[in-house]
Amino acid sequence: MENFEFINAMVLLANFVIVPALSYGSQLALATLSLTIIYGVLRFSNFAQADWMSFGTMATILFTWLFQSAGINAGILPTALLALPFAIIVTALFCLLIDRSVYSFYRKQKSQPIVLMIVSVGVMFILQAVVRFIIGPNDRKFFDGEKYIVHALDFKNYFGLEEGLTIKSTQLITVIVALVAMISLFYFLQKTKLGKSMRAYSNNEDLALLSGINPEKIVIVTWIISSILITTAGVLYGLDKSFKPFTYFNLLLPMFAAAIVGGIGSPIGAVIGGYVIAFSEITLTYAYKKFFVYLLPESLEPSGLMQVLSTDYKFAISFIILVIVLIVRPTGIVRGKII
Amino acid sequence: MNDELRAPIAFTIMGILLAIVGFTQSWSVSLSVINLCIISSIMAIGVNLQWGYGGLFNAGVMGFTALGGLTAVLVSHDPIYEAWDKAGVGIVISAIIFVLSITALLFVFRNIENKQIRNTLIILIIVFGLIGINNFYGPSIDIIESINPAKTGFLGGLGLPIIFSWLIAAVVAGLVAWVIGKITLRLRSDYLAIATLGISEIVIAIVKHEDWLSRGVKNVSGLDRPVPYEIELQQSEWFLNLVEIINFSKLEAMQSLSSRQDLLNDLVIDSSGIFVKLCYAGLFFSVLLLIFYLSQLALNSPWGRMLRAIRDNEEAASAMGKNIFAQHLQIFIIGSAIIGIAGAMLTTLDGQFTPGSYRPLRFTFIIWLMVIIGGSGNNLGSIFGGFFIWFIWIEAEPLSIGFMNMLAGGLEYDNPLRMHLLGSAAHLRLFIMGLLLLLALRFMPKGVIPEKIQKK
Repeated sequence: MENFEFINAMVLLANFVIVPALSYGSQLALATLSLTIIYGVLRFSNFAQADWMSFGTMATILFTWLFQSAGINAGILPTALLALPFAIIVTALFCLLIDRSVYSFYRKQKSQPIVLMIVSVGVMFILQAVVRFIIGPNDRKFFDGEKYIVHALDFKNYFGLEEGLTIKSTQLITVIVALVAMISLFYFLQKTKLGKSMRAYSNNEDLALLSGINPEKIVIVTWIISSILITTAGVLYGLDKSFKPFTYFNLLLPMFAAAIVGGIGSPIGAVIGGYVIAFSEITLTYAYKKFFVYLLPESLEPSGLMQVLSTDYKFAISFIILVIVLIVRPTGIVRGKII
Repeated sequence: MNDELRAPIAFTIMGILLAIVGFTQSWSVSLSVINLCIISSIMAIGVNLQWGYGGLFNAGVMGFTALGGLTAVLVSHDPIYEAWDKAGVGIVISAIIFVLSITALLFVFRNIENKQIRNTLIILIIVFGLIGINNFYGPSIDIIESINPAKTGFLGGLGLPIIFSWLIAAVVAGLVAWVIGKITLRLRSDYLAIATLGISEIVIAIVKHEDWLSRGVKNVSGLDRPVPYEIELQQSEWFLNLVEIINFSKLEAMQSLSSRQDLLNDLVIDSSGIFVKLCYAGLFFSVLLLIFYLSQLALNSPWGRMLRAIRDNEEAASAMGKNIFAQHLQIFIIGSAIIGIAGAMLTTLDGQFTPGSYRPLRFTFIIWLMVIIGGSGNNLGSIFGGFFIWFIWIEAEPLSIGFMNMLAGGLEYDNPLRMHLLGSAAHLRLFIMGLLLLLALRFMPKGVIPEKIQKK
């Protein structure tokens, strides 16, 4: 039965580490992409980005409720996916409104990035107030449709294993949606004229202006892309877990950590950073006792939980990785442009 | 408006606002607000040193505040001898292993050139360090947390008067700031903001979850006080006489002896509360004055001028031979130490340490608002900002409820919209804060009391 032990251990690992980390990583990667795009084009660290995420998710929840009350649903898929495009439009419009009324003034003044960062703190306050005002500060679940793709019990019975593998439909949806979003974003940035001019603007503003790129257009497109990414990330996270404004606000640190670890300003780095942070958070806080019980002979069984860090310190992990990267390789994993 | 007049006018308005609260709500409320205003002002001065003098964005104010609070507990709480007897050795050994591992890591990192050997050594140290610590640490904390968990369940503190903790908090916060500064100050300003945001979350995670150290979310209450207790005052002769003398005319007006006695009792209870708050206010105010005086001295010294030169033009200052990193580190440590003092004072005032109550909005970003609205680079501005913003933060709630009542005026009592509006009134103050910050940045970027540029 030596082989089964090994398979059991692997299934256990897949169930508790790999699958959750993949879906959390995809959500984080999308969110970090939006942060990094704002950073790359508009040149400031946006402290309000986590609250844009809760704003977008809130809009999605409201549309979901509207659809549900009208009897519209997406069958086995969550209704939220139908609501997502509408929520993105609302979020993008609100983003542009805030940009017009707040950020554009400082852009014209050519203010320092740090001033824009403080301005984003003000926007953060306002967004938090708006979100809490409209939907309240409490936990909300808005998932409907088919919950599981693979259920632990069925898996166990089918393969005759001791360990079961659960794949929630939200996890599969997350990975697929994130992949589609990332591929379209990279296609947009690399192949289309608008995407190329965005990259040009981000690389060298003056040169881009000289070659006739309209900066206002770039700014608008940047906010729209950022809204698409951040709303999608927020909805996927909320479907997978639940929506609570304070939890979303707390994602700010992992987002920043992922952006810096991957190489701030670099889209591909943001994706890598997102997965690195997610995988480290989950691998370092998982208790490996059972895993080793399967793998090792009885005499060597571990006595403790075999957990590197308690789950209370999830935030600490993104920070520790951040610090290591800052010391060892301040430019991040993808050494490229630092904007 | 004449710049010279701005400060007096601003503070007069502030005084009038506080007096209005005193007359309309009560003087006790007004004094509570003032006490927290003073603490906020001290925090704002700390941030102002970092941002206004040094141009450093510290987004981890909350962490230093919590460190100050933790220090207050660890200094003033009585030691739990039983816990020390049974598990003290284990904790001390794990602490020693921890320190040794960090020293070894630093040594390896600095002195071994060969990358392969260095990386292997680092991994070995981390693995063995973790195993060693886990061996002693886990069992010890289990023992500590099992000793009388309802009341203590932690190691306790030193049992010293709590007022010492204010000084020690400065040292603790300064040490932590030194470590963070060493890592992040060489990098760009954004990194400092993000790294400090992270460290503050970690500090909070530690005080929330390391129950053997801080009791975690079970809170430590009943901390000792630097001022008398209300109940002691109510029973002491001199205080009764004092109240009688102050309220002589009121008491005289009473006809019967019994009603006179009742009034005196009420007055004594009221005034004992006010007296305690006044004592706190006096203590806090002296700390504020001292810190303000020292900060002004520093600002006007050659050192302060050098810092501003660095802030305004790093390249030029560097060309003049100033060590930018060292100066930034200094100012970062000093500012954080001041925030630590304020944190300890806050816990002293509350009489309890509640790790769950530390939220970044309340303890980091509000302080930033104070500095920016008050006037970056001006300590008087920070004090005003501390008073003004804290006042708004407190008074925004009754005002928002009033505003919502007005909005919902025509609606039925149990109308769902009305219920929703009233229920969400508390969130309006976030909106007010954000709006204030944005308006200030746009129309008054130098703040209410701008920085004075001395030209000689």
